[in-house]
Amino acid sequence: MAEQILTDIRPLRRSPLADLTDLMAQASVTGERGVRLREIPFLNMVGIRVQPGSDAAQNVTSVVGLPLPSGHGQVTGDTDTAAILWQGPDEFLLVSPDALAAEIGPPGARRGLPDDAAAPADAARVALAGGVASRPATDSAAGPAGGADQENLGAAPTLSTHPLTQELSRAMAGHKQRSHVVDLSANRTTLELSGPSARAVLEKGCPLDLHPRVFGPGTAVSTTLGLVQVLLWQTDEQTWRIMPRSSFAVYIAQWLMDAMTEFASQEVA
Amino acid sequence: MLLIECPHCGPRNETEYHYGGEAHVPYPQDPFQLTDQQWAEYLFYRSNPKGLIAERWVHSAGCRRWFNAVRDTVTYEVKAVYRVGDPRPSLDDHPAQTTTSTTSSTSTTGTSSTTPTGGTS
Ligand SMILES: [Zn+2]
Repeated sequence: MAEQILTDIRPLRRSPLADLTDLMAQASVTGERGVRLREIPFLNMVGIRVQPGSDAAQNVTSVVGLPLPSGHGQVTGDTDTAAILWQGPDEFLLVSPDALAAEIGPPGARRGLPDDAAAPADAARVALAGGVASRPATDSAAGPAGGADQENLGAAPTLSTHPLTQELSRAMAGHKQRSHVVDLSANRTTLELSGPSARAVLEKGCPLDLHPRVFGPGTAVSTTLGLVQVLLWQTDEQTWRIMPRSSFAVYIAQWLMDAMTEFASQEVA
Repeated sequence: MLLIECPHCGPRNETEYHYGGEAHVPYPQDPFQLTDQQWAEYLFYRSNPKGLIAERWVHSAGCRRWFNAVRDTVTYEVKAVYRVGDPRPSLDDHPAQTTTSTTSSTSTTGTSSTTPTGGTS
């Protein structure tokens, strides 16, 4: 174990829809009635719970550089750098690109880890403050971070934790107010559905009104598609992100491919 | 299909919610003081009115928050939604669609259902 120093976890990562990449490309339709489907794997997702207006919320805002969305359906930021999606009155989801897709952090990022605790399973590391603590701060020395001191609680860098998440964790650790930051990147995967017929495809299985008069770019909601719960995020006029839990991703991808089938043929007059 | 208004998300289909039973049924302050009969009443006895009832719902596919709703068991109309911890809204704010002569009897049924069953303390 001591000899196993993992410097690049990319070959080990496997997205929930890796097996369907070709099928999704084949199912995509071009032209006037076009609709395309692809997976955007390994997006960085961070669950944030803070009371809007609190100091903890201010911390999030200053670290991420974005205000918290103020209500249902709202999104701040963008897909290129970082976005914060409203999930509930005190719950938010930060979504940003996969850091490892560009480059992997320097080996120095492992500083602070006494041993090889940086296994991918360790990624869901929680910065704890106030009443949400799952283990008391006094027990931090016994936690997976080994000898990490109290200030470092939950902030020990891991290879699989996004630098932004680490920074958020550090900012929240030791905060007296009730708040938490959790790496949820593996919880959901992201599908991108785009094209002139994208909305028509979604409307077959989403109970919400997706018409532009009530739904538009920069809107994200939690709802159902087909039989399962997803996050639905419209990122552009004809582009949507659909984020199912990983274990439902194959179902959603197959549901979408099925719903896309008719657009490959001429419209029946 | 009911269209239920989540206090946080607005109107959503019934399928996005889960039902949590009657609202305002307080947990007994000291369950050990209850007789078996009283405990059974706390657990299983509900007002079951024909008319308005306050219920707990959770928006499980949306914001995942619990809230209370006043629903008419005759028409399935959701008359009001309000946050957990808030008192049951006065029915006058949400007049029934029935005629004036029947409104008073509906209100009586609704009011009696707020009296907690069991919950001796
Ligand atoms: Zn809701």
